[in-house]
Amino acid sequence: MADSTSIKQRMPFRIRVEPRLSEPPVWYPALVSFGALIVALVLGGILITFAGGDAIRSYQHIAKASFGDIGVLSDTIVKATPIILVALACSVAFRMKLWNIGAEGQFIMGAFGASAIVLAPVLPAETPRWIFIPVMMLAGMAAGAIWGFIPGYLKAKFNVNEIISTLMLNYVAVAWVNFWIFGVWTEGGFQMSRKFPEGASLPRLLEYAKSIPALRGLTTHLGLVIGIVAAVILWFIIFRSRWGYEIRLIGDNPRAAQYAGINIAQNTIWVMMLSGALAGLGGMSEIAGVVHRLQTAPIAAGYGFTGIIVAWLAKLNPIVIIFVSILFGALILAGREIQPSGVPKMIQGIILVCLIASDFLLRYRIIISRGEE
Amino acid sequence: MDFTIILQAGIASGTVLLFATIGELFAERSGVMNLGVEGMMLIGAMSAFSTTIATGNPWLGVLVAMFFAGLISQIHAFIVITLQADQVVSGLSLTFLGVGISLVLGEGLSKAGTVSLLPNFSIPLLTLIPIIGKIFFTNQSVLVYFGYLLVPLSWYYINHTRPGLHLRAVGEYPSATDALGINVFRTRYFYVFIGGMLAGLAGATISLAVSPGWFSELTTGGQGWIAIGLVIFAQWDPIRAAVGAYAFGALRRLILDVQGPLLLLGFANPFYYNPYLGFFLQMLPYLFTVVVLVIGSREAMKKRIGAPAALGNPYIRGERGK
Repeated sequence: MADSTSIKQRMPFRIRVEPRLSEPPVWYPALVSFGALIVALVLGGILITFAGGDAIRSYQHIAKASFGDIGVLSDTIVKATPIILVALACSVAFRMKLWNIGAEGQFIMGAFGASAIVLAPVLPAETPRWIFIPVMMLAGMAAGAIWGFIPGYLKAKFNVNEIISTLMLNYVAVAWVNFWIFGVWTEGGFQMSRKFPEGASLPRLLEYAKSIPALRGLTTHLGLVIGIVAAVILWFIIFRSRWGYEIRLIGDNPRAAQYAGINIAQNTIWVMMLSGALAGLGGMSEIAGVVHRLQTAPIAAGYGFTGIIVAWLAKLNPIVIIFVSILFGALILAGREIQPSGVPKMIQGIILVCLIASDFLLRYRIIISRGEE
Repeated sequence: MDFTIILQAGIASGTVLLFATIGELFAERSGVMNLGVEGMMLIGAMSAFSTTIATGNPWLGVLVAMFFAGLISQIHAFIVITLQADQVVSGLSLTFLGVGISLVLGEGLSKAGTVSLLPNFSIPLLTLIPIIGKIFFTNQSVLVYFGYLLVPLSWYYINHTRPGLHLRAVGEYPSATDALGINVFRTRYFYVFIGGMLAGLAGATISLAVSPGWFSELTTGGQGWIAIGLVIFAQWDPIRAAVGAYAFGALRRLILDVQGPLLLLGFANPFYYNPYLGFFLQMLPYLFTVVVLVIGSREAMKKRIGAPAALGNPYIRGERGK
């Protein structure tokens, strides 16, 4: 492709592909991503029509059911909250070109760790909230970090491919949680634990409806704040700290990093643990803010995989991740009622494919000119 | 428990992994890592099953599965070979895409009922060999026998034929290969297509032979990822890939069967009396994949064998280096 004469002749105009020598303007990557998103939605629409659905109505439905009024907007944000934390988890690992595909499993283990505080029980049920919540957060992060440590250690020590190992641990995490909710913490034989006490749940906006009536019915919970704070902290770590500089350098040019004396093996382990801790925090936020009990289906709902797409779409920028997550929260929220049921997943796949393809436009210029030169 | 019966079934379920692993092996030997195996397998399983329902002809189902999985692999090929994008992310997106498309187009297939499956048969004379005959050559699906042929054929093709030499050269040192007049881009497209077709065949093997039917994402249950792990364990060698695939098939089968009997090796079977312990059995194939990866990676480090040198890198004409 690099030879500029590859596509040619017998056309009234010429198309040339040239490598970009200078950085494109700041707005250009955003424009390309937006264009890719539009192309993806059109392609998705064609496929929906092909599968016997109504594309226009599907999209209208998504828009209305996720941004239509303040109530559904609040639900959209609730769906976006775990995605923010998981996408942050993916972004920090991807920044170092560590392909942590296991955010799903780390998320699940985070939910497990936080639940164990309530169910084991580590803290009695009448513990006040301001003790319960921080302890659950720490437990969730620790459990996620352990689940990230394993593939990180194997990568650093034995050069084990982290893509496969993190993915395999996803399945292990699901089986692990299933064992506990079926075999140990089951409530009357159902596939779920008992409900958490009041103190173990994240405060929601609707709790303040007595003093501010406008908040009635709004389910947005403290997890959103946790996500935003985590994003800001991560931004500072990545772009303003020495550690962040090392992570970025290893990602961009591992050989240069090695010559500069940066310990890649150690960073691999630490970054995988940070990534796992963020995903685990996401699991804690979902369990304490939405589900209020340990149950497999709502926490193993594929947030880990959505997080990969969101991280990539946001070009690994922690702040941008917040906004992209809300977009995907909308897609997931509204997608639940769309038939056929695989549509949201398919659209996510198409979006990612188009995004990756569009990266080409950032590295090359396509020049269309008339006639001969 | 009769171990020959378990192994017999294990060979059948290992055939799924075998096709997917050999397919990925071909793609990786040409320098293209395709993490979309899981998605391509699902596309294959779905299209094989729905074609067979529509036409009543499972052979047609297999062909359609291979064609569509091959077709979707070309999206990945275009993105990483022509557009030179990152192979990891593109492969992942192919998995998302394959899962999504097969869920949308496979809607309602799970209630479709039974279909005519691919035939099972025994090989005369070979069945008479004690134990081996029972395990390998008695009442197996036609695809299992195809698997037996595929392993030596791929090994011979890769190591002892001219196109096989070109395949290896493209994966190891594309610029030198290009200088010799071999089209690196076309070669890579071709082997990604082969990989896609074999992944589609693996999917068809599930839905038309090993565990017939369409169970949405659970149809493959992560076997595509296990296959990618097996390629690393196999050190890009078809014979080792076959050993790994069949061993995994047997393990998967053993896990299903170990929960049934009251007595296990003369002791009270803990998995029978406490069925929840079965969840730990479910973890085994995945944990085992990690263990196998550790073994494979350590060995590779020690013997200094590794992945094809150009694996993961786009080939850009005129750039310095490999």
